[in-house]
Amino acid sequence: MLEGVRPLSAITALRNLPNTASGRAIRLGRRLVANYVLRRLIKALITVWLVVTATFFIIRLMPGSPVEIYIQEQMSLYGMSYDDARAQASAMFGIGLDRPVIFQYLDYMGNLLRFDMGTSYKSFGTPVISMVAKFLPWTLFSVGLSLLLSFTLGMILGMITAYRRESLLDHVLSTLGSIFSSVPNYLVAMVIIVLLGGYWRILPIAQMRGSMTPGIEPGFTPEFIGDILFHASMPVATYVLTTVGGWMLTMKSSTIATLEEDYVTAARARGLPDRRIMTAYVGRNAILPLVTQLAISVGFIVGGSALIENIFVYMGVGKLLIDSINQRDYPVMQAVFLIITVAVILANLLADLLYSRLDPRIRTGGGGEA
Amino acid sequence: MSILTRASRNVLYDLWRTLKLLTHNRVGFVGLVGLIWFILLTFAGPSLVPLSQESSMTEIYQPPSLAHPLGTDFQGRDIWAQIVHGGKDVLIVACITGLISTTIAVTLGSLSAVLAGIFDSFIMWLTDIWLTIPHFPVLAVLAAFVKLDNVWLLAFILSFLSWPTLARAVRAQVLSLKQRDYVEAARALDLGTRHIIFSEILPNMMSYLAISLVFSMTSAIYAQVALVYLGLVPFATNNWGVMLSLAWTRGAIYYRDALLYIMAPVMAIALFQLSLVWLTRSLEEVFNPRLRTSV
Repeated sequence: MLEGVRPLSAITALRNLPNTASGRAIRLGRRLVANYVLRRLIKALITVWLVVTATFFIIRLMPGSPVEIYIQEQMSLYGMSYDDARAQASAMFGIGLDRPVIFQYLDYMGNLLRFDMGTSYKSFGTPVISMVAKFLPWTLFSVGLSLLLSFTLGMILGMITAYRRESLLDHVLSTLGSIFSSVPNYLVAMVIIVLLGGYWRILPIAQMRGSMTPGIEPGFTPEFIGDILFHASMPVATYVLTTVGGWMLTMKSSTIATLEEDYVTAARARGLPDRRIMTAYVGRNAILPLVTQLAISVGFIVGGSALIENIFVYMGVGKLLIDSINQRDYPVMQAVFLIITVAVILANLLADLLYSRLDPRIRTGGGGEA
Repeated sequence: MSILTRASRNVLYDLWRTLKLLTHNRVGFVGLVGLIWFILLTFAGPSLVPLSQESSMTEIYQPPSLAHPLGTDFQGRDIWAQIVHGGKDVLIVACITGLISTTIAVTLGSLSAVLAGIFDSFIMWLTDIWLTIPHFPVLAVLAAFVKLDNVWLLAFILSFLSWPTLARAVRAQVLSLKQRDYVEAARALDLGTRHIIFSEILPNMMSYLAISLVFSMTSAIYAQVALVYLGLVPFATNNWGVMLSLAWTRGAIYYRDALLYIMAPVMAIALFQLSLVWLTRSLEEVFNPRLRTSV
C-alpha cells in the first residue's frame, strides 16, 4: 500500500524544491533527462549493451555454443584433456572459462572496451581486432560513398519529378525507381556480373575483385584513389541503383506536399525568383522526411553488404562475416557482428541528431506521436 | 432463407466491386495478374510439368527448345521444370511470415495504443531498439547456430525480425482512429467495444494491414533467398535460392551458355517481388475510398 503512495508524494515534493545542494542536483538531473541529445545517447548505449550482452550469452551459454563445440573438437581431434581444451578455448575467445559466469561476463565486457576480441580460430593466432580493422574501412568507404551518392541523386531527381509531375520524365523515372527498389539488391549485383561481366564482357570483373589492386601504394595519390574507386564501383553502383528509387519517391511526395504550404505561396506572391523558392523554401523543408529514413537505410545497406560484398568479392566486413560463419570461425563472427551492429547504432544516432539539428521541434519534445 | 440469399448476394456484390477496384489501377492490375500467375505456376504447375532429377551428360547447357523452353542446366536437366517446382518453399515461407508478423504487429501495436502507459512505452522502446539492429547479419549469425531447414522455423524467425515496423504503424493508426468523430459517435451510442474495434476501427486500417502484409512478404523473400544462396540454410529440395546458389558456384559467370540457368531464378524472384509491390497500388485503392478516382 505504502509503495503506491510514495511516488506521488515524491513528485509533489519535487515541484517546490528547496534551494539546497540536493535540490539543485535534482533540478540538474531533470534538465538532463529533458535533454534530447543526452536521452538519445543513453538509448544508443543501452542498445549497444543489450546487443553485446545477448551476443555473449549466445556464444557462451547456449547449448551447442561455439565454446562447447570448440572444446569438444579439441578433445576429439587432438586428444586433449578437458582442462587443456578449455584453457585453449579461453585464450581463443578471450573469456576466462574456469571462472563463474558473471566474472566471465565482466571480463568479456572489459576486454571489449579494450578492443580485445580474442584470436581467430582459422587463421591461427591472428587477433580478431586486426582482421576487423583491415576489413572495416572498405565497408565504411563503399557504404558511405553509396549513401552520399544515392541520397543526393534521389533528392535531385525527386525534386525534378515533383516539379515536372505527369511528364514523360516523371513516369520513366518513377517506374524505374519502383522496379529497382523492389528487386533484391543481390539480384541486381548478380545481373551486373552475369550480363556486363560474363555475357557481354564489358566489365573486367576478375580485375575488379578485392578492394584494391595488390601491391599498389596506399596514399593520397591519384593512382590509389582511382584504383579504390575502380574496385568499389560495382558494389557502389548496386547500392545506389537499389536505393535511389526510394529516396526519389519520398522526396517527390514530400516536395509535392511542401509546394502546397502557405509559405511557398507567400514566397511566390512576394515575387521571389523560382530558383530561390526551390532551394531555400521547398528543398530545405522537403528534405526532412528523407533524414528520418537515413537511419533505416544505413541499417539496410550495411546489413545487405554481407551479400553484395560476397558477390563482388569486395573485402569488407560483410564478406568477413559470411566467411567466418561458413568457416565456423566464431570469435571473428562475434566480433564482426558486434562491429556491424554498433556501426549501425552509431549511424542511427547520428541521423537522429542531424534530424534534431534540422528540425528544432524534435529537440523541444513538442512532437508527441512519431 | 431470404436473409441468407440477401447476405450471399451482398457478398457477391462486394466481391464483384472489389474485383472491379483491383483491376482499376493499371500497375496494380499487372501486379495482381503476376501474383495469380505465380500462384498457379507453383501450386498447379508441378502436376503439369514433371521434374526429373536425372542428369543427362549429352544435354548440358542446351539452348531453349520445344522440349526445354528455358534450356538445360549443368547436368542437362530442364530449367523450366526447376523454376516451376522451385517456388513452393519461397511462396509458403513468405505467406507464413507475412501472416505471423502481421498478427504479432496488430496485437502488440493496438494493445500498445489502447493500454497506453508503461506497456506502451515498453513496446515502443523494444521496437525502437529492434529496428536499429541490422536484420540480415542477425539472421546470418542465427543460421550458424540453428539449423533453419524447416519452413515453419524459418518463417517464425523471419517474422520475429520483421514485426516492429508494422507494430509502430498500427499503433499510430489506432491512436489517430481512436480520436475520430465516428468512433466517438459509436461510443456515445454505446455500440460496444467489439463493434467499435471490428466495425469502426479495423475496416479503416485494412489498407495499412494489407499493404504491410505484402511488404513483410517481400522482405521475407529477400532474406530467405539470400540465406539459401549463401548456403546458410540447407534446403535439400529444389528451390529458387538453391538454383541461384548452384548456378553461381558452378561458374555461370564464365559460361555464356549458362546465362539462362542463372537468369531464370533471378527473373522469377525479381518478377514475383515486383508483382507483390505493384499489387499494393491496387490494395491502396480497394481499401482507401479517397484514392478511388471513379468507379
